Amino acid sequence: MSGPVTILIDGVEVSARPGQTILDAADEAGIYIPRLCHLPGLAPFGSCRVCTVTANGRPCASCTTPVTPGMIVENDTERLREMRRQIVEMLFSEGNHFCMFCEKSGNCELQAMAYRLGIPASRYPGIWPVRDVDSTHPDILIDRNRCILCGRCVRASRDVDGKQVFGFVGRGHGKRIAVLGDARLRDSGVDVTDAAIDVCPVGAILRKGTAFRVPIGQRRFDKEPIGADIEARKEKP
Amino acid sequence: MSETLESTVRRICRSHGGDPTRLMDIARDVQDRFGCVAPAAMDLISRITGAPRVEVESLVSFYSFLSRSPKGQVVIRLCDDIIDRMHGYHRVARAFSEELGIGLGETTADGKISLERTACIGLSDQAPAALVNEVPVTELSTDRAREIVAGLREHMDPRRLVTRSGDGQNAHPLVRAMVRNNLRQVGPLVFSEQVRGKAISNALAMSPAEVIRAVKNARLRGRGGAGFPAGMKWEYARASTGERKFVIGNADEGEPGTFKDRVLLTELPDRVFAGMTIAGYAIGAKEGILYLRGEYAYLRPYLEAVLAQRRSDGLLGPKVAGKNPFAFDIRIQMGAGAYVCGEESALLESCEGRRGDPRNRPPFPAQKGYLGGPTVVNNVETLCCVTKILEAGPAEFAQHGSTGSTGTKLLSVSGDCRLPGIYEVPFGTPLAEVLRLAQGEDAFAVQVGGPSGQLVSRTEFTRTIDYENLATGGSIMVFGPGRNLLEIVHAFLEFFADESCGYCTPCRAGTAFLLRMVERIAAGRGEPADLARMEELGLTMKAASRCGLGQTAANPVLTSLVNFRPVYDALVKEDPEGFRRSFELDKAVMEAELLSGRRSKHAGIEKGGHR
Ligand SMILES: Cc1cc2nc3c(=O)[nH]c(=O)nc-3n(C[C@H](O)[C@H](O)[C@H](O)COP(=O)(O)O)c2cc1C
Ligand code: SF4
Ligand code: FES
Ligand code: FES
Repeated sequence: MSGPVTILIDGVEVSARPGQTILDAADEAGIYIPRLCHLPGLAPFGSCRVCTVTANGRPCASCTTPVTPGMIVENDTERLREMRRQIVEMLFSEGNHFCMFCEKSGNCELQAMAYRLGIPASRYPGIWPVRDVDSTHPDILIDRNRCILCGRCVRASRDVDGKQVFGFVGRGHGKRIAVLGDARLRDSGVDVTDAAIDVCPVGAILRKGTAFRVPIGQRRFDKEPIGADIEARKEKP
Repeated sequence: MSETLESTVRRICRSHGGDPTRLMDIARDVQDRFGCVAPAAMDLISRITGAPRVEVESLVSFYSFLSRSPKGQVVIRLCDDIIDRMHGYHRVARAFSEELGIGLGETTADGKISLERTACIGLSDQAPAALVNEVPVTELSTDRAREIVAGLREHMDPRRLVTRSGDGQNAHPLVRAMVRNNLRQVGPLVFSEQVRGKAISNALAMSPAEVIRAVKNARLRGRGGAGFPAGMKWEYARASTGERKFVIGNADEGEPGTFKDRVLLTELPDRVFAGMTIAGYAIGAKEGILYLRGEYAYLRPYLEAVLAQRRSDGLLGPKVAGKNPFAFDIRIQMGAGAYVCGEESALLESCEGRRGDPRNRPPFPAQKGYLGGPTVVNNVETLCCVTKILEAGPAEFAQHGSTGSTGTKLLSVSGDCRLPGIYEVPFGTPLAEVLRLAQGEDAFAVQVGGPSGQLVSRTEFTRTIDYENLATGGSIMVFGPGRNLLEIVHAFLEFFADESCGYCTPCRAGTAFLLRMVERIAAGRGEPADLARMEELGLTMKAASRCGLGQTAANPVLTSLVNFRPVYDALVKEDPEGFRRSFELDKAVMEAELLSGRRSKHAGIEKGGHR
């Protein structure tokens, strides 16, 4: 492999390895690009599109697009922020999200993203789909009302747990997460120790008996907005 | 019964080598045999092929021609595309429904006949049309619908519904379809006289690099919609390293209103296969795949026979005869009802036996395509052009059309015109000329390039058909005076919402919202602000969607908002009393009323609005 390449993110020079994605390079440089489906350690997926940036003027998902030498990336522009707000609003309106009494509240990446992007309410017509809840497993619960189809559980189950318990079925707006085909969680071979259980960004896959343990004020996003950990990596001048 | 299921599924899996990448074929065969791919069959397929159970389910749930619950022995699929709707789809559907005693999406109680709707089946020039299992039936009327049901009740054999064959090879014993070619204008290139085998022998007398140069000199651009220069694509694939390389002929033809590939496959399959063979020689591939949409399954036996003939003539096989003999063969991969599978990377997924989710790019197919090997995907018409270029030389080809768009284009013209059908015109032909030829001059709007293209108004009929101006994969839908613009836009949005693979947010959710917003406007409950909101949403879908489907799915809205603004403006109104027109008080309180068992007092308020 050849040496590092330099790219420009919002005018800041960032050094990246050839083949590295824009998002990974930005992370290392302490520049936060909003994202929902991406999770370090899992294969890039490119489904939520929240990480959309422009690279040499063309919009692309930064989590799946590799850097090229001299690439000019725009990330924090009003146009892109607005696009991300719209995408996050779409995720809210296509599912059934009631943050005020959701046990993931305060630890939810979707909710935190809405706060970070400054979304007061969704502008899209609510669809209120009828979706299934599966609580047949003694320790694990899946509530599809809150699923944002990020595919993290699919990837974790396949690539980390070596099981392929989760997968997508259907298409378009009818797409949903399935367990081993049409099985119930109880019969799926999923274990409470599986990585797939811990990667859900929202309150769709949950461990039973852990709800509301952490008091308000100490939850994951109570003190700092989502992405603050990445921004903390930026070298202080 | 379960023993038969097990042994049959075993036999089917075995006939496809137990290969999990051939899951499409396996699932299709199981569907054909049992009328469904039931959970028990999926368990078996998973066990035998080693494909994870959830992937089998995922595949079966994705394609509209596969189902986990039983379908009738005969499935009638009515095409409900906008063109069919304009030509009496609703009447015909009602006749079928009454005669069968079932609604759309249902199966008769005896389990014999199912009635369904489907997207465009490539017969818009002879609408309304339907598929009865694999057999196309065209120009349906209510009487014909009743006859079909009576016939099926009697013999349950869709092939016997074909009382007269169409023209040309539609009458070939292996096709025997009532489909007509409607070949209205034959141009100097694609439909010119052909000399069988000449293009291949010319190509094999050249080096692969010279073949690529010839295609580049002809300045051939892809005919499938995106217009990518074919020679350049081949050059990338040639330069990519990989043990196995592949050439794929894209015969998915899913864009509503196009049917030119159907006619090419019927009349010029040798040209298509020769083009694939030449591409194989040029990039160093030994294997070719024709991806044939499920709707065209009736052409398969005939196409297989053409392939067999080419093998025995030495035009395919271990030693394609010529100055530099090389090995090349072609297999047919059937699709199963999914528009997105025409997108080249989704097509690759489908060929590998998975649901048709497009892939992330890079890598591009030319770098890493089918089974990881460098792969060229070309449209059927592009491949016919390749054959012509190698037959007559690049100069002859490039002398037709315009500088940036050489050659001719096949147009599939349908809708409100007297002569729907196929027109081969040189690039640069004005739309008005096409309308004159097809006798549809009084159109008030024309959809150029199918739902993913643009809806243009009369003032734009002077624009020319070419890559620089009105680009089109071939679909030209003509809408005469009196047609309802919002009904057209709505039909297209329904199509995209149905066909989105669901992978990415802007397309999956955006199509669902646009559909609802247009419904609201059409119902007279739209507000002026809705128009701006639809436009914003459309632009986000265009920029942020993962593949061409989502990137173009808002085009019906975006282009009609520009070209037919007054129609929208007349429908959306600011409420004089400041009510939000989109808000329906009755609906909003309905659930509460049901729960409480009382009617809300607002029932007395005349204006069902909300300040
Ligand atoms: C949603 C979608 C559907 C498509 N459907 C087709 C199709 O049915 N046939 C086709 O040739 N190309 C289709 N394409 C274009 C292909 O991705 C690809 O560009 C084309 O097959 C390349 O061949 P060409 O360069 O010869 O045109 C589609 C693209 C998209 C985004
Ligand atoms: S744009 Fe639509 S069809 Fe394409 S990947 Fe996204 S959801 Fe799937
Ligand atoms: S984080 Fe890149 S698409 Fe979701
Ligand atoms: S707060 Fe419950 S899923 Fe986000």
